[in-house]
Amino acid sequence: MTPWLAAARAVGCEIAGRYADDVDAQARFPSEALSALKEQGLLGILVPESEGGPGADIAAVVSICHELGRHCASTAMIYAMHQIQVACIVRHAGPNPWLREFMRRLVREQLLLASATSEAGVGGDVRTSICALDERRGKFTLTKQAPVISYGEHCDAILVTARRTLQSPPSDQVIVVVPRADASLQVQESWNTLGMRGTCSNGYRLAAEGEMAQVIPAPYADVSAQTMLPTSHLVWGALWLGLATEALSRARSFVRTEAKKKPGVPPVGAARLAAAGVELQSMKGDVLSCLRRYMDASASEDTLAGIPFAVAMNNLKILSSGKLVRIVGEAMLICGLEGYRNDSAFSIGRLLRDAHSAVVMVSNDRIAANNANLGLALRDDPEPLA
Amino acid sequence: MSAPLKVRVRAVLKTAGSLQGGFDALEDSSDLHAAGLTSHATVSLMLALEEAFDVEFPDRLLRRKTFSSIDAIADALAEIGVRDVAA
Repeated sequence: MTPWLAAARAVGCEIAGRYADDVDAQARFPSEALSALKEQGLLGILVPESEGGPGADIAAVVSICHELGRHCASTAMIYAMHQIQVACIVRHAGPNPWLREFMRRLVREQLLLASATSEAGVGGDVRTSICALDERRGKFTLTKQAPVISYGEHCDAILVTARRTLQSPPSDQVIVVVPRADASLQVQESWNTLGMRGTCSNGYRLAAEGEMAQVIPAPYADVSAQTMLPTSHLVWGALWLGLATEALSRARSFVRTEAKKKPGVPPVGAARLAAAGVELQSMKGDVLSCLRRYMDASASEDTLAGIPFAVAMNNLKILSSGKLVRIVGEAMLICGLEGYRNDSAFSIGRLLRDAHSAVVMVSNDRIAANNANLGLALRDDPEPLA
Repeated sequence: MSAPLKVRVRAVLKTAGSLQGGFDALEDSSDLHAAGLTSHATVSLMLALEEAFDVEFPDRLLRRKTFSSIDAIADALAEIGVRDVAA
């Protein structure tokens, strides 16, 4: 176990889990857990040693998301979304001095990064923007109608996508790092949802200004294909696996309690528990095989930019979110009324509500439609099995 | 079929690239993605090129870079055996 995972486990068990129900009930930011993650230095672990970080790899982040997912899915999701942004900066900053200094600050001050990629009016397609950078003499201004910016009021910087210039077509996007102090956020819509209530993903009108040096030099299309898309689906898959694991853990405790009450008589939920375990095992396999595939491909921009890789990562999202919802649903059935209660030790309610966000946020139907288009270009897989 | 390769590529791009406006100002080296070629339209463009030139792009060429300019497309087509007439 890495020291980071050990620290995350302590934060999860002692803090995130303790406040999870209150975070959910109040739909509030999990400030205790995030403060603890900052104190443990876990926000900057992806930053390379050259910029003062420990240079952890994506596997370390994936294992932390998995661990946090067991204790508080909102905390895990916030940590996951933060690390997606960090991964984009780490991989694509290039020699840009502003971005390199920003990474140093991120480690020193444990900055929390949020994201404003979606935009009102583009029909959910994050690969097109309406808003644009308005550049004058090396400085830019930017206004964006963002239907959700998760934990926007609690972050230290926001990564915002926009058209490169006022003249650029909608698909010619860049992504720019905007420190929170240089952005004004006007709330347009509040976050009152079924689950994942602690992410506080309000809608905002975002107005920002800054220097052109804050723009990540690579086109957003490359940042998205090589980093944002694969790391998103890996860290989400991992935290959903943690959530599913927790649900089955409660179901297993319930079945074991039942078994002890009547020794020799198999509890009614035992077979269902075993069947759900099959699905959990395959869910874990999906995450691990895609993690290996990403790590193997990460040195090759061509592989990461290829259609087979994009389809595989999209498949991971569809697979793991679907399995999560089914597994947590099974856990509810296994625990029966004790699972349905909000105040029992076997309560599944919060987990079930959190789980349903997985298929909705970045809609699986949208991802499937995207895969259907990419599938027109797919070739037979020539890779030998082993 | 006697027009130069890049002229034929341009003709396919005009019908299948879904580029909005400014098409005639495009140079052979212009960045098509910056000109508005979306990732969705790239797949349509690939299929249209395969149909027009009666070829199939191998996996290794199925990436954004291959379709980043008229020059890049012509290079890829040449690589998989499409011959140019003397321009």
